[in-house]
Order: sequence, then structure tokens, then C-alpha cells
Amino acid sequence: MVNRVAQNTSTAETLWMSGNEALALGAVEAGVQVASGYPGTPSTEILENLSDYKSVYCEWAPNEKVALEVAIGASFAGVRALSTMKHVGLNVAADPLFTASYTGVRGGLVVIVADDPSMYSSQNEQDSRNYAYAAKLPMLEPADPAEAKEFLKLAYRLSEQFDTPVLLRSCTRVAHVKGVVAKGAAETSGVTPGLEKNPAKLVMLPAHARGRRVAVGERQQKIAEFAETFAENRVEMGDRAMGFIAAGTSYLYAKEAFPHASFLKLGMVNPLPEKLIRDFASQVDTLYIVEDLDPFIELRVKAMGIACTGKEKVPAIGELSPAVVRKAITGEAGAAVFGPVELPPRPPNMCPGCPHRGLFYNLNRLKVFVSGDIGCYTLGALPPLTAMDTCVCMGASVGMAHGMAKALGAEGLGKAVAVIGDSTFIHSGLTSLINTVYNQSYSTVIILDNRITAMTGQQPNPASGSTIMGEPANAIDFPELCRAIGVKHVRTVNPHDIEATYAVLKEEIERPEPSVVITRFPCVLTPAEKKRPKKPFHSNTANCTGCGMCLKLGCPAISWVALTPAEATAMGKKEKQKGYTIINETMCIGCGQCLTLCKFEAIVAGEGK
Amino acid sequence: MQEQGNIHFCGVGGQGILLASELTAYALLAAGFDAKKSEVHGMAQRGGSVEAHLRFGRTKVYSPLIEPGTVDIMLAFETMEAVRYLPLLKKESTVIVNTQQIPPPAVATGKMTYPDRCLDELTSRGISVIPVDAFAIAKQAGNLKAVNVALVGVLSRLLPVEEATWIEVIKERLPAKIVEVNLAAFAAGRKAGE
Repeated sequence: MVNRVAQNTSTAETLWMSGNEALALGAVEAGVQVASGYPGTPSTEILENLSDYKSVYCEWAPNEKVALEVAIGASFAGVRALSTMKHVGLNVAADPLFTASYTGVRGGLVVIVADDPSMYSSQNEQDSRNYAYAAKLPMLEPADPAEAKEFLKLAYRLSEQFDTPVLLRSCTRVAHVKGVVAKGAAETSGVTPGLEKNPAKLVMLPAHARGRRVAVGERQQKIAEFAETFAENRVEMGDRAMGFIAAGTSYLYAKEAFPHASFLKLGMVNPLPEKLIRDFASQVDTLYIVEDLDPFIELRVKAMGIACTGKEKVPAIGELSPAVVRKAITGEAGAAVFGPVELPPRPPNMCPGCPHRGLFYNLNRLKVFVSGDIGCYTLGALPPLTAMDTCVCMGASVGMAHGMAKALGAEGLGKAVAVIGDSTFIHSGLTSLINTVYNQSYSTVIILDNRITAMTGQQPNPASGSTIMGEPANAIDFPELCRAIGVKHVRTVNPHDIEATYAVLKEEIERPEPSVVITRFPCVLTPAEKKRPKKPFHSNTANCTGCGMCLKLGCPAISWVALTPAEATAMGKKEKQKGYTIINETMCIGCGQCLTLCKFEAIVAGEGK
Repeated sequence: MQEQGNIHFCGVGGQGILLASELTAYALLAAGFDAKKSEVHGMAQRGGSVEAHLRFGRTKVYSPLIEPGTVDIMLAFETMEAVRYLPLLKKESTVIVNTQQIPPPAVATGKMTYPDRCLDELTSRGISVIPVDAFAIAKQAGNLKAVNVALVGVLSRLLPVEEATWIEVIKERLPAKIVEVNLAAFAAGRKAGE
């Protein structure tokens, strides 16, 4: 085992694992047979690690809705099934989720949803616990990698015991935290695989659904009773002056901040164990609810008529930490710490040689309003490219550009475009493009086809030609697909060719009909591109006039060297030249975009290595 | 530091920060400590500022996050990044800093300048700074990519883990063909940390 810890203090084999690695191991130990998900930070590595075991069928689905439907089907066929996604992905999968709550399961069915408090890599900060309540489903919330693995196994047992899908809430500080995990025994489901007709339970016609609604209510009641004695809803009595109710990482932060206080640590956040809470509350002087994001537990405890302190002290915005919890509860700032020093920021940037850069440089030149989408290319919004004007959710760019066209009519022609990556287009842009054609719009949709789901770490998608299991697969032909749904004008360009891309964009954006421009070049981080021999460019400093054209690309491999008048003169340049640019040859991959922009032959093509 | 400690790793995406934090975690675990480590992935990784929090202790470690003002040792892979995380430091912190400077976008495009003598921000507050030219150490050891392990070598002197344990961890964790060069970088870093 690659992660084995060299320490031998216990009989069980211990491993050093991230939460996502631990969840993958948990799925293996739980006997999961089918796993389907869509990449999204911080959930992505669960399926990537699970696929490495080769013993479980894993797949990347086009989107989270499909992923959950695949898992529901596998569950109906009698095997344990898993679906993984980030918090916003559960919005996409919400439709099947709510009705799967009614049908229940055959093989255990678990959805792992990873929240991202503080939005390290997300467009919103929603709290997935609300889905558990709204869909009437049990939800477990582990605090660290060791619990993540155990809770996933518990989730499968609960799923089959209570005939329900189970939600498991992860978050950035479980998914991407490493800790010591004990390897456990493999389990098997007691369910026999096969298809059994059961229309009253599986066909949610209104008449059947009404019956199932009653069953769901009874199930909720039973799970709430179970929660009262569930071993992972655990009381740790300490000093009774302060009592904390907390789950997941919030428990860890509160425990770190108040190690001697009393705790009710909830492993199951929905439904809540009312008697246990009442009993705990009666034994402590002041009851605090510590939870990140929404006052989910707090509102329910208050509805029980129990006095407690929660969001009036504990922040509802952003990630908690021991320091945040301590300050919130005691009101004391703690030991004085050094304030931050103002420094040049270091935001993320597109890679050197990224094909998207050429496209965004041109969109900036064209002064169009760019209806944007989700992926690495969202970084096109940052200076100096500054060429993305909206970003709402996966696939939104296409429908929004159409909406802008309908709002503005002829006045808007040539003013707005949609940009969307290959994976995002497949995820949820295609249906919007069908709408654009069907409802006779004129908007131009640019598909940034780099053949991979890049942002989350180069996961293959239906346009890549391979699967997560490493098997060859069909690669979608975007021009054919677009023509088939009725787009008459489909052009493919190489975005590294700046002038050709400009010409095509100008023509298509002005066209009073729907059009698609596909900017096609593989991501520099794909294995094939990494292996390709590179010919880095170099600077001919003598020719550089310091005009700064190449800097408009914002390429990390190009940097500015400032000159004083004396230094400029000493270099044989005009006294007023403020500096020159140089290419970092260890970073440059020779994409050639800057060469096109330089009018002074100060950039020279590489000879290769 | 004999019983528990907080180590902060920081630098720029692509510098091998996560591997350095992994080797350190494995060494501490092998020495019998509990540990938790928090990393940053996804959008935050694309050439941006990267950090990892590593907490260890003889008893169970709860929070994976280091609180402001509680870092015992910082291992900074880039000069300015050491200063960026100043609020995590305290007067008693030790900062091992690679003297390499990587210009962020605003500096690379000439909009801002790289702060001159920025480590003074640390020393003027009484924080101990150990500057290390890890690039030169790695070059001498025979591989420029061993910068991270050279820095781990410097760090190893400050932690309650035997040298033999570190060597075992490097042998076990790295691919066979790069073990030798990394052991050389580790030894050179450890010597530089004397």
C-alpha cells in the first residue's frame, strides 16, 4: 500500500491519507460496485483514487445529474452505488435526488457532496445540509479522513437498513486534509443483484408517489429514533459551564479552542436526535452551536424550544477555524498577532503556452461583452486579458448570451459572445445551444476545446477519447454535433494563431445567425502535450523597444525588466525607454503567440532541444 | 517542539511544496507522532500562492489548520511568500527561506516592483530567519528539481526526528531513480542548516 505509515503502534494497518483517498478506500471496503461523478473541487480525487483500485467500476459522467441517475440505476439493480460531486453539482443532481428519496434503494446508495466554505475554488458558498432536509434524507458529516472512511461504510449500512439514499457531507478541510486512517475489513451488501419489477415503489406516477410520500414520512421518523442511539452522535462530558453541539470540522475547531468543555458531537446532521440534544442541553450551563455556513442545527435546536447561542456569535460567512471559534465565543481577540504586510498579489494564472490566452487576447481586442463560464478560462477575467464579463454556473454562458440577444434585438448584434470549455459544454451547454438555434438567436458560441477537463486536474471527458479507467472511448466531434442540432456556421481555429482567430471571430460575431467557433488546441498539461518536445523562444534584447505588446498576453514566461535612463543609455537604447521584456526559457513552451505580437523581432523562435 | 508543533509550508504552485510537506509528515509519523495536514488544490493552484499546514503532536491532533501567531517553523520556498503569511508567525517562529525570487504577474508586467529586502519585515519583528540558497544546493547535488528536498534537509535539523528516519522516508517515498540525488540534496540541506 503506497500510503502505509511506518509506525507500528497498533495491529491494524495504518495509512496516511487525504479525506478523498480515505473515501475511495471506504467505497472499496463498503463493497461499492458502481461509482459515477463529475469533477469538482474539492470532490474530484475521490473517483480518481477509486478508479486506481480497478476493482470498482468508475466513470466520469457528463454532469452530476447523469452521475446520480447512473448510481440510482445501479442501486435499483441491487449493487452498492456511489455518486460524487461538489456542492454546486448537487444543484444539478437535485432533480433525481428528491425523487430517489421516494423510491428508496435496493443496493445501498450514497451521494458524497463536498462543500467549499470560503470558496477556495467555487462560485458560491452554499450549505448542502439544506438538501438533506429538503429531500428528507439522512446526512452524515465526518470531521477528518479517518471518520470519512468509517462514515461512508456506515452510510451504506444505513441506506440498506432504512431503504434510503444517504448523503455524506465532505468539505475542503476533510477532502484535502491528510490524517492517519486505519485500514478496515471489507463488507458486502446483503442484496442480490438483479432487476425486480416493483412499480408502486419505482414508478413515481402521482398515485404511487402519494403512497411513497407516506413511506418517506415513516422512514424519517424511524431514522430520527435511530439517531438517538447512533454511536456517532456522541457526548463527551467535560466542564459543564460550556456545552457545544458541533459536527464535522466545526467540532474539531471547537474542540481545539475549548478542549475542556462538554461536547455533543453529531455524526448525523439530519435528522437530529431531539432527546439526546435535550438531555445534553439540560446538563450544561450555556449551550453553543458551532457550525460553518448556515444555522442549520441552531434553527432546529431553537425550534425545540432550547436556548442556545449560535450565529449571533459564530460567523455564517466563510470557513471556521479554532481562532475564529475562540474569538466568536469569548469575544477576546486572543494573543496579538502580526498584521499582514502589503505585497504584490500572486493570483492564479493560465499556464505558459495555454491555448486560451490567444482567444482572450482577441476577445479583449474585439471589445465584446463576454458571457463566461466555469473552468481555467474563467481566469480570462483577470488583467491584462480582462475579457470575461459574466460567470454564473456551469453551462450558463450559452443561455445567457441568447438572453442578451433577445433582450437587445438588432441593437445587440455583434456585441456579445459566449465562451465555454469542452467539458462544460458537454455538462450543460449543449441544451442551451439547441435553444439558441431553435429560438432563432444570433449569438456566437465559442467552444474552448482543449480535449480535457483542465481546471480540476486533467480528467478525461466525452471529448477526450479515453475514460477514467484508462480505456479508449469515443471522442465527440464538436463540428458534427453542432451541425446536427442546426448550427449552419461552425468554424474551427487554432487559438495560438492570433490573427487567424481574430479574423474568424470578427466574421462570426457580426453574423446575424447562430454560429459556433471552436478554438481547438490541447491543454499544455495533458500527458501527450507534456511529453511533446518543446522549442522555447528567446528574447533578442537588443531589438526590444519596451513597447509592452507581448505583456498584454499576461504570459507567466514573459517578464518586464525596468531600466533607469542611465541603464537604458548604457544598453544603447533611447534614454526614455523604461525597460524591456525577457522570456523565461524554462517556462516557455514555444506556443508562438508573443511572436505574432512583437513588431521589432525582439522575440526569436526556438531551435528545439 | 519536542511534544507538538506547527509547520507551515509556502511558496508558488509547481515548486514541490506538497512533496516536501509529505516527506515531513511521513518522518514525523515514523517517529511516533500523530499528524494532520491541510493542502490547497484546484483554482488556487494555477501558479498562485500555495500553502500547506502540518500539525503534529504526541497526543491526538484535532484541527488541521494552524492558527494565526502559532507557527513554530515556516519553510518558505520563495522569499516574498514568507512575508505574505506573516500573520501566522510569532516572534519565536523560525523561518527557513529559499532566497529564490519568483515575480508575481503584477511584477512581471512592470505594474509593481518586487519588494526590496522584504525579509526585513520578519527580522525587524524579532523572527529568526534562516536564508538558504536551495537552488545552489540542489544544483550541486546534481538536480535542480531537488530544491524541495534540500529545504527539507534544512528543516530536518529542527525537528525531533532522527536523521536515519528521514533517510528511510526519502528512500521509501521517492521513485528509485531519483533517490540518490535527493539523498545528496537532503544531506547538503541538512549540513547548510547547521
